[in-house]
Amino acid sequence: MPSQKQYRLVMTALIVLLVITSLVALCIGRYSIDPRDAFAAIGSYTRKLMNGTGEKPTAMENVIFVLRIPRILGAIFIGAALSLSGAVYQSVFKNPLVSPDILGVSSGASVGAATAILLGGSILTRQVLAFAVGLASVLLSTAIPKLLKNNSNLMLVLSGTIVGGFMCSVLGVLKFIAEEDTELSSIIYWQMGSVQSVKMDTLVYVAPIFIVCAVILVLLSWQLNILSFGENEARTLGVNLKWLRGITIVMSSMLTASAVSISGTIGWIGLIIPHLGRLCVGSDNTKMVPCAMAMGGLFLLLMDTIARTVTSLEVPLSILTGLIGAPIYAWLLWKQKARVM
Amino acid sequence: MRNQSVITGESICYSYTRERTILKDISFTFRSGEIVSILGPNGAGKTTFLNCLANLVPLDSGAVYLNGKNIRKMPPREVAKIIGYVPQIIVPSFDFSVVEYVVTGCAPHMGTLSRPKQEHYDIAMEAIRRMGIENLANRSYSQISGGERQQVSIARALAQRPAFILMDEPTAHLDYGNQIKVLKTVRSLKEEGYGVILTTHNPDHALLLQDQVAILDRSGVLSTGLSTDVLKERELSKLYGTELKLFYQDSLGREVCAAPQFD
Repeated sequence: MPSQKQYRLVMTALIVLLVITSLVALCIGRYSIDPRDAFAAIGSYTRKLMNGTGEKPTAMENVIFVLRIPRILGAIFIGAALSLSGAVYQSVFKNPLVSPDILGVSSGASVGAATAILLGGSILTRQVLAFAVGLASVLLSTAIPKLLKNNSNLMLVLSGTIVGGFMCSVLGVLKFIAEEDTELSSIIYWQMGSVQSVKMDTLVYVAPIFIVCAVILVLLSWQLNILSFGENEARTLGVNLKWLRGITIVMSSMLTASAVSISGTIGWIGLIIPHLGRLCVGSDNTKMVPCAMAMGGLFLLLMDTIARTVTSLEVPLSILTGLIGAPIYAWLLWKQKARVM
Repeated sequence: MRNQSVITGESICYSYTRERTILKDISFTFRSGEIVSILGPNGAGKTTFLNCLANLVPLDSGAVYLNGKNIRKMPPREVAKIIGYVPQIIVPSFDFSVVEYVVTGCAPHMGTLSRPKQEHYDIAMEAIRRMGIENLANRSYSQISGGERQQVSIARALAQRPAFILMDEPTAHLDYGNQIKVLKTVRSLKEEGYGVILTTHNPDHALLLQDQVAILDRSGVLSTGLSTDVLKERELSKLYGTELKLFYQDSLGREVCAAPQFD
């Protein structure tokens, strides 16, 4: 079993890697910047802001502050959010094969975004609608078992499948009526995921949701251990099951919805990062949850940096996370083959 | 010795469907410091009865009282401080170490947002030591044997510091040696003042434990009493639908329940 020492080691390594990768990501790209110039620009821009003289930022400062920093932060936030919510969903559903999509949050968000695209709304409208419909889908999935007066996990998964499937078909209808060259390609592009459009103000909208949900989930991470033993086990340990399951599902769905609303759907992260986390620090969620967040942030930052530097055209993120994530997942299964039942 | 706690049931009725009655207007009183062996044929609802005691299933009518308080009106945490539950061997989906598993027994005594501190790990380790399984503490729960898992589950119930420990077929899936080991543990828990309520398929186990017996038959009727008073050859044969012999064995120094040689 991984020890406390190993946990500290892994976390330190992840944070160091995260810092280094962020610095590299800051400097490379279509407009490459010397690291020393980057530091100088950060210094001078901060001074300009502090003085408030209204001095115009230089081109380099613009690239750093308007494009790169929000994008780097966005990638880290989204990667961490998707991994955290994947980790939580896996514990709640006692199943390491579950991803946050299981209650229909992604397909719902896609419907929201596609609707906004068809209505010709702004990027903000698209984000708000994606968030709202994504969250509404989850609430609908959780409402069905209540209507049927059966609160078992299986019922929840089944109703998630129903809502997800329904939303996929609605999305199909929207795609079918979309104007092929403009709207349809926007929808498809959105579904492949990108953090290109993340700006400072987007982050400002999403950060409070992200921080509140993440803090609550991290605080509840030990309770997640108990939840992952099963419903009766949790009850006999004095857990208020309805409350705990409700709050963890809502918080992690809000995380996914907020991430997806600004980046489009990005596959694989919520599934593989928690696995990788368990491999490094064990299943105890008090260690695994922070580890998965750091790993997810690092992973998506790496993917996004590759996405915008490898070719002259930006590669959509889901393509990369799938191309790289699927083999990683296969490797993980190979490593754990004895324990997969 | 801890304060005595009491679980009482008053006219409990429970049924799966309208046709399938499990518990038919049953009443009982179980005290800490006692062992209650619940016997009954397959499908009589022994586990369901145990789950009613742990407030895991809603009753059709009647109520379970814990030290005079209606269990359904108590917060889950308060119930968990008095009743510990050792389920049938579970296979967790994730790979926890034994000590990580046992420490969750402290949950009822901790805040919702807190996580176990050194004192809780100390309690967990003490429970692990009490069960004599220190060597398993850092092993992975999913890689130990069934008998070991049973002991780990009991250790977790001990870390919970309850007055009652409910065990759902603690001897199921265990080899004979491990079955006797678990029964010995049950016996020593009683001596430490715990109330142990367990279900078992083997009437001989109830005789070995020499304490209270509760027999649940297929019609949903519960009869309780001391094992020596309640366990009779004719009733047992009828209950299990097969001929059983009950006799005193000098070399064992106790009554034995066994099936005769086949024709």
